[in-house]
Amino acid sequence: MTSHPHPTPSEAGALPGSLLIKGLRKEYRAGQPVLKDISLTIEGRGLTAIIGPSGTGKSTLIRCINRLVDPTAGEIWFGGQDLASLRGAQLRAARRRIGMVFQEYNLVERLSVIENLLCGRLGYVPAWRAFMRRFPDADIARAFELLDAVGLGQDFATRRADQLSGGQRQRVGIARAVMQSPALVLADEPTSSLDPKTSVEIMELLAKVSSDQAVPVIINIHNVELAKRFAQRIIGMSRGAVVFDGPPDALRDDHLREIYGGEGGLA
Amino acid sequence: MSVVAASAAPLRTRAFPAQWSARLAWVGLCLYTIYAASLLDVTLARFVQGIENGARFFDRMFPPNLAADKLALLSTGMLESIQIAILSTFFGVLLSLPLGLMAARNLTPGWLSWSARGLIAVLRSFHSVIVAILFVKAVGFGALAGILALIVSTMGFISKLFADAVEEMSMKQVEAVRATGASFFGVLAMGVFPQVMARFIGFATYQLDSNLRNSTMVGLVGGGGIGATLFTAYQRFDYDFVLTILLAIIAIIMAMELVAGRLRRIFQ
Repeated sequence: MTSHPHPTPSEAGALPGSLLIKGLRKEYRAGQPVLKDISLTIEGRGLTAIIGPSGTGKSTLIRCINRLVDPTAGEIWFGGQDLASLRGAQLRAARRRIGMVFQEYNLVERLSVIENLLCGRLGYVPAWRAFMRRFPDADIARAFELLDAVGLGQDFATRRADQLSGGQRQRVGIARAVMQSPALVLADEPTSSLDPKTSVEIMELLAKVSSDQAVPVIINIHNVELAKRFAQRIIGMSRGAVVFDGPPDALRDDHLREIYGGEGGLA
Repeated sequence: MSVVAASAAPLRTRAFPAQWSARLAWVGLCLYTIYAASLLDVTLARFVQGIENGARFFDRMFPPNLAADKLALLSTGMLESIQIAILSTFFGVLLSLPLGLMAARNLTPGWLSWSARGLIAVLRSFHSVIVAILFVKAVGFGALAGILALIVSTMGFISKLFADAVEEMSMKQVEAVRATGASFFGVLAMGVFPQVMARFIGFATYQLDSNLRNSTMVGLVGGGGIGATLFTAYQRFDYDFVLTILLAIIAIIMAMELVAGRLRRIFQ
């Protein structure tokens, strides 16, 4: 139950912080797989972008990793554990090392910014302390630090989350994920609800988080330009399967046609 | 093809298709109301006679009785009613919190939420006066019976409203808190309560108001408070004192409404 700065190496001698997905399958309705036996290894560093049209299973894939969605079959090795098989307290202990950033930010609207950040500590702090807002001083100090680090500033601490703009909310969402001292950060379409300029800023912030915290970041994104600009690796998905996997410069128009199905997807 | 076929029907019918089941239900309701009224023998003659009786009764109520001994009776009864209202609201609301959470289908497994909902349905199925009769038999005359009866009705009402409020909250916010590795109670503290607490306090202050009114009623069946005083005054044909009591109840309800509004602002 102690928090290591890095998880122990998983099986097969992978790097610390690596994610190993084997034969991952998800069927919301029996016989209709959304994910068709996906196998992937994601190294414990850098920014990985998963691109593909809506409804292709990108979101399901990353939600299987922190088990907001339960996979139908397959293994997800991370930090020496098969996440797919965890339950109860073990699952919660694994989740607290996996930060998640959401498309619609998913901040608790009626809480202040600082309270939203401290939500990131709930895996470490007993519930009664959270009830009484008696978070450890170190956590509160860290939250204030992160407010600056994500470009909001300390004045935002007591503002209620529902008073913020989309870009500001996403910065809070990212800070909440970093508060978890994550060994892995998942981002599900983090820029899809934002304007183009803010989208770039948010991607820059996620890249900064990845390098500053030395933590791998996996981003679902349908904007190919942003993916190519910020990711070191791109995974293209189509109809529940991986159809491209490589560095951004290896991604060609015919790959995009395969991912998005015809010229329409390139627009 | 289908476009051609559809355009054969008049434009209006296509935009607003007839809802025959709703029309049938309305017609049925009207017919039953007429039938029920005919059974109850509601006639104009009886209505006029009733007005005459009412006028005589009203006449005997004036002026309100303000004798010192009556006022002492009034204040004792009133204070007891207020105590009944406050205690039953406090304990009823406190017990509704866990019951309402258990009944919320988006937080608890099916077997638990359905049994909690079953319990709430039982608590709700009897009017507080009927529950008060049961408690008067069980614990004897007096304020305790009234308090227990109103705790039951408070729990029935508040836990259902609270469960519904919890079911309507945004699950996205809860999901995000859950994704941090928070325990169930951690999710409650930071994901659920912030979303529903304001409404819960609204329900509780409304219930305080409503329990004060109900506390005057459980007194009629032996549950203590001003209701008992009122009932005695009726039976002794002290209609002028009845008026004093009724005016006092109106005043206290109005005062309570102000207090409840103030409380709501403090807690939110």
